[in-house]
Amino acid sequence: MLAPTVLMGAVAYDPKVVTIWEGFRTWLRGRGLDFDFVLYSHYERQVEDLVAGRIDAAWNSPLAWLRAERLAAAHGTSVRALTMRDTDQDLTSVVVVRADSPVGQLAGLAGRVVAVGALDSPQATLIPLGHLAAAGVTVDVRRFDVGVGLHGDHIGGERDAARALVAGEVDAACMIDANHLAFVQEGTLPPEGTRIVAQTARYDHCNMTVRAPESDGVRLFGTLLLGMSYADPQVRPLLDLEGLTAWREGRTTGYDALADAVDASGFYSPDGRVTATDYRP
Amino acid sequence: MSAAPVAEVDLGELGFGRGAHLLVQRALAGLPRGGRLAVSGRDPALRVHLPAWCRGRGHRVEWPDRGEAGDLVAVVVRGSADDDRWFGAERAGAALPSALSSRPPARWGLGARGALLEAGGPEARFDLDDRDLVWADIAPNLYAQAAARQWDPQTAVPWDDPFALPADVEAAVVQVMTYLVENEQAALVVPARFVGRIHPHFREVVQLLAVQMADEARHMEVFSRRALLRGAEMGTSSAGGRQSLFTLVAESDFALASFLLSVLGEGSFVDLLSFLHENAPDPVTRRICWLAMQDERRHVVFGMAHLEHQAQLDPLLRDRLRAAIHRRHDALVDTAGLNADVFDALVVLAAGGWHPDDVSGGFDRVQALQHAMDQGRQRRLVRLGFRADEAAELSALHTRNFM
Repeated sequence: MLAPTVLMGAVAYDPKVVTIWEGFRTWLRGRGLDFDFVLYSHYERQVEDLVAGRIDAAWNSPLAWLRAERLAAAHGTSVRALTMRDTDQDLTSVVVVRADSPVGQLAGLAGRVVAVGALDSPQATLIPLGHLAAAGVTVDVRRFDVGVGLHGDHIGGERDAARALVAGEVDAACMIDANHLAFVQEGTLPPEGTRIVAQTARYDHCNMTVRAPESDGVRLFGTLLLGMSYADPQVRPLLDLEGLTAWREGRTTGYDALADAVDASGFYSPDGRVTATDYRP
Repeated sequence: MSAAPVAEVDLGELGFGRGAHLLVQRALAGLPRGGRLAVSGRDPALRVHLPAWCRGRGHRVEWPDRGEAGDLVAVVVRGSADDDRWFGAERAGAALPSALSSRPPARWGLGARGALLEAGGPEARFDLDDRDLVWADIAPNLYAQAAARQWDPQTAVPWDDPFALPADVEAAVVQVMTYLVENEQAALVVPARFVGRIHPHFREVVQLLAVQMADEARHMEVFSRRALLRGAEMGTSSAGGRQSLFTLVAESDFALASFLLSVLGEGSFVDLLSFLHENAPDPVTRRICWLAMQDERRHVVFGMAHLEHQAQLDPLLRDRLRAAIHRRHDALVDTAGLNADVFDALVVLAAGGWHPDDVSGGFDRVQALQHAMDQGRQRRLVRLGFRADEAAELSALHTRNFM
């Protein structure tokens, strides 16, 4: 009997993506799944290929998940989140000012310059700007477009926004919570040099998006991913590289804030077309 | 919140930007998986940083009910990643050299001996991994001695002491120094070829060989410096001499290379350096030969110690040693052996003058040196278990180039 197969798409936002998925491929093939992967230079083509049936699974950013969901619905099909990393759940983004800033609360940012990440970054642009808008605060946005098309996977835009804050070029900067900690620890931000003036509600990040109904291969893929153990020395270095300690069942309850931001900014149309005017991945 | 926490930690003003994770980690270490830790603190970023830190380490965070007073930020529920990382971990043997593993596995690789090794990682190939092949119990002490007796070429030698030699005597010194430099080069390269092949479990042997290489590096320096102390030209280097040294460097078996280099070569070299120390015409030559001789003695002691140990365990070792001497002799049988210029220079130094009686006396002393070298080689061969008559026969086959 032929082994069940899965062809997965992943976006090559960093050379380590090859190391990670080659390692996982060896591990998965050793457990009876004929697994392979293709790399994309941005998420939009990956999503289109998933919905068109050219790949079986897509390791998707939250923004790519939303588009996949909309595109699939427009085609009369559906997708679901098979798995996600433990580290994809319950994230927040923060809006940060310099410690000596006169801005005490979110409302104080009205009319000021706020640095964000790349145009398509959920965590450093879309969600925090949605948070500001929901609070009725209108700001002057200064965008740091690094790695457009990678949906914020490239940390460069967030770091540049943080640097602009330290340099006094902007009044505030937006970033994911873990990067605020990382920037403080690596010295991009001085330890007591910044103050958090706003924190978004918790949201979810990436997921392994698959078409419904799932094939045998996709079902086995999900079972195997969930069975990966951090105690296994073969996969532990790969889990460390991918930034998780365990795979979790996928859930789609943590994408509302991003969906609202996508609609408010017109990034995608309700039927999944790319409608952001200056977005060229 | 659900169940009551079993432990608590108060971070005070300390934030994650300045090491608060250490206190949290320390408190979590004492809890079982699923154990609950109440974390309090007053750093304004704590509510953002604590969950971000926990997420990356597989710990869960529970938030206090609204209205709970005080500095309580959250309850951290200990995950399993910290324990899982050490599942299947093993010690890389015992830490002390008194309980060495006889054959350390490749997976211990570059892990420190005795360290707790996380499972996984590369299987480093150190092919010299047999204790009986590389180890000698004296290695740790010899290393300590060697490290303690490192000398500084700049300050240990009276470079500025005034002396003036007749041109032909100076030329003899330069010739001998040239010969010494090329021999020391070979003596550095031989252990260098093995040091990266020895399993780091036997680290004292690696350390000892490293210091041995540092010794040879200093010897190369001081002999070169003496050669050029009064002039700008080195002496001659014979093709046969280089061929002899090349057969040493080409030996790829650790035991045989140690035997040829340390037991036979450096053993003879100790006699040569002693001879030069006695017959040196100037204080600089006298001092550097004495310094190098002390180092070379140590090299011979280690070579002898590990071969004696091996010879006791492996009765076939002597056959291999014997074959190595024959092989090297056969390879060199058509070469001239010692550079004639070197031999003549030794006679000149031992003669101390140009009267026929001086030269005759010098010649006798060089012959006595060769006899002493031969006797020394025979003694060491006997210690390795060769019969006296065979030792004499084998010693006679040793390269005429001394090293």
